[in-house]
Amino acid sequence: MIELTREPIDTTALLQRIQSPAAGAVLLFLGTVREFTAGRQTARLEYEAYETMARSKMAELADAAVERWNLVGCAIVHRLGTLELGEASVAVAVSSAHRAASFAAGQWLIDTLKDVVPVWKREIWSDGSTEWVHPEKCPTGAPPPSLPESRA
Amino acid sequence: MRIRVQMFAIARQHAGADSVELEVPAGATVGELRESLFRRLPELGALGTRVLFAVDGEYAGDASPLRSDCEVACIPPVSGG
Repeated sequence: MIELTREPIDTTALLQRIQSPAAGAVLLFLGTVREFTAGRQTARLEYEAYETMARSKMAELADAAVERWNLVGCAIVHRLGTLELGEASVAVAVSSAHRAASFAAGQWLIDTLKDVVPVWKREIWSDGSTEWVHPEKCPTGAPPPSLPESRA
Repeated sequence: MRIRVQMFAIARQHAGADSVELEVPAGATVGELRESLFRRLPELGALGTRVLFAVDGEYAGDASPLRSDCEVACIPPVSGG
């Protein structure tokens, strides 16, 4: 199950989709809207996507994870639009015969989703200013060229 | 040939529109389209090679050729999750 939605993510329905007597493990990861980032206060986040490509990339990731970890079920849902603090922006749910596969697949899925799926978030800071978030890391996973090492 | 490039996030903000139309030579590559787009939008060009392009829904490197009927999108660094 692959979905982009503008409604709150229904995690109960999501888990029902992947639970099965064949599975001995079910794992749910939620990415949620955090209030503070490096000391700055977030009021809310806005998400947008290149929707057709985002869906196809999410489906590719799910298929790859099912194949690699022999998953019983795999579902990925990403929320779009305006999200308030604490709300879930993304849900990754997997099931497998044993727990090791679910943990490994869940970690890989969220890490890879954040690298390759064309979705963007915009910070609406508590002072009213806004900013598109564009991580320094390239979507391909390669480091950006000639970026100076950040120092604390 | 005329290529319409879909714009998202910071790219859409700099363009002030959901898409940008560019005239490029027939058989132009993604790299040539990139140069043309960055000349039009220098603020976007400041992100350099961190800006990727998708052709027909797949990431496409600078050497990839374009056709006039391609669906082309400008993909600034993604930040989903």
